[in-house]
Amino acid sequence: MNLYPVRAIYMAELSRTRRTLLQSIVSPVISTSLYFVVFGAAIGSRISEIDGISYGAFIVPGLIMLMLLTQSVSNASFGIFFPKFSGSVYELLSAPISYLEIVIGYVGAAATKSVVLGLIILATAGFFVPLEIAHPLWMMAFLVLTAITFSLLGFIIGIWADGFDKLQLVPLLVITPLTFLGGSFYSIDMLPPFWQGVTLFNPVLYLISGFRWSFYGVSDVSLAASVAMILLFLGVCLALISWIFRTGYRLKP
Amino acid sequence: MSEPIIRVSALNKTYEGGFQALKQIDLDIQRGEIFALLGPNGAGKTTLISVICGLVNATDGQVVVDGFDNQVDYREARSRIGLVPQELTNEAFETVWNTVNFSRGLFGKPPDPGHIERVLKSLTLWDKRNNRLITLSGGMKRRVLIAKALSHEPRILFLDEPTAGVDVGLRREMWDVVRQLRESGVTIILTTHYIEEAEEMADRIGVINNGEIVLVEDKAALMRKLGSKQLALHLHEPLDSVPPALAAYDLQLAANGSELIYTYDASRAGGAEGQESSTISALLADVEAAGLVFKDLHTRQSSLEDIFVDLVKER
Repeated sequence: MNLYPVRAIYMAELSRTRRTLLQSIVSPVISTSLYFVVFGAAIGSRISEIDGISYGAFIVPGLIMLMLLTQSVSNASFGIFFPKFSGSVYELLSAPISYLEIVIGYVGAAATKSVVLGLIILATAGFFVPLEIAHPLWMMAFLVLTAITFSLLGFIIGIWADGFDKLQLVPLLVITPLTFLGGSFYSIDMLPPFWQGVTLFNPVLYLISGFRWSFYGVSDVSLAASVAMILLFLGVCLALISWIFRTGYRLKP
Repeated sequence: MSEPIIRVSALNKTYEGGFQALKQIDLDIQRGEIFALLGPNGAGKTTLISVICGLVNATDGQVVVDGFDNQVDYREARSRIGLVPQELTNEAFETVWNTVNFSRGLFGKPPDPGHIERVLKSLTLWDKRNNRLITLSGGMKRRVLIAKALSHEPRILFLDEPTAGVDVGLRREMWDVVRQLRESGVTIILTTHYIEEAEEMADRIGVINNGEIVLVEDKAALMRKLGSKQLALHLHEPLDSVPPALAAYDLQLAANGSELIYTYDASRAGGAEGQESSTISALLADVEAAGLVFKDLHTRQSSLEDIFVDLVKER
């Protein structure tokens, strides 16, 4: 593997973030903080504890996950979509680099941004609610693995999209609803039995549940199921990307 | 002759919709030459370049770059090539310095600020190095694309319509840059709509039409072989028809009969045997003998553009 092209892509993507600091970092931090203020401090004080955890603290892992999923997808999809849109993708395709190097560059940069953002939001949450992290290593593992997996998904969306509208389609119409309905704001024990069963088909539930377990040691599904779901997601995304590069789908006519 | 730096063999490209853009292309590009690829819109020029550079998958056939198959040994093959695309495509909000350095890294080369500085200076971009691309003029943006293509020190440079939309002064400056590159050993392949450009710069000409290579020829030989010359005599009094005494010369009347045109083979003009010079002398003597008086005369040689138009029209 040649590290120069990986570094070039990675640094160029991070440089884009620095140029758009307000949009990339400040905006998601502020919008997530608003959730903490409204659901944590204001409404949360009137909601009883869930599994012995105050409501404000309970929603922290779900909110971090909500931001992590949407930002990973947005960052990675825009990273590869913009060169396609501007035409500068010619340089990427004519360069002596492997597909793996391209993916590591783009997905690595997108995942880095998401993880940093996740940690900033975690630190911000500490200003609003008392925080404890029971399994910090597991927390970091979930954070990093989820960021990588959803950055891979974003990369796929960026290649698939042929317009800005499609770029927004998946984050807005798929990921956000799945995250809201995947237990970000509640435990699935609070749902009627039928809807508990339905929710088990929502893959995001497993990510939030595992992440919440790393904070408080409580979860809706087992840790093994959460890890298995992340790895399954990762495997599917890698297989799709491998197919895209093998066939040149939407990249090479 | 040494091994060609690029060898294209039996190359075909059919797009998904069924359009066959390239048909059984065989083409050798010689080391160190400037090769101009000419063809009307949609002839297949850009597709051919795109297949060689790895932007488009060939349907079948082979491209070998400096001894390396561009599919099997794509790293080696692509590292030798710099591509300047037709469209002005770049990251609008990046600075000149950053984008050119990015290109070098992308092609797997370690940072070399000295080389980038030389490239930017040679393209008179050094003063603009900290400017964002969005603030540059069209001509400057095109130079940036050339700088990006040269950032990784390629041995082969593809210029796809390099001077499209560039004013005359800047075009001539770019020609100088291209010549300097050739002198430094870079092989240059350019496509152009400006036949003047090919005529001015190219060592060899290739003509592509409807996805087929129509001809590949040394420029001078092509112009000798397919070019023609005309001698125009501006008559004192206009004629209704060519006098029978001059019928052997196959003359034509133009400008309402006030010009008498004699067309002859450029390759024979001034030849060792001097066939055409003696014919012209005989023509002038016969014109005088026929009682015609001319007040002026001039000769005109067909340009590459005339040759190109004739070739494409024939097919």
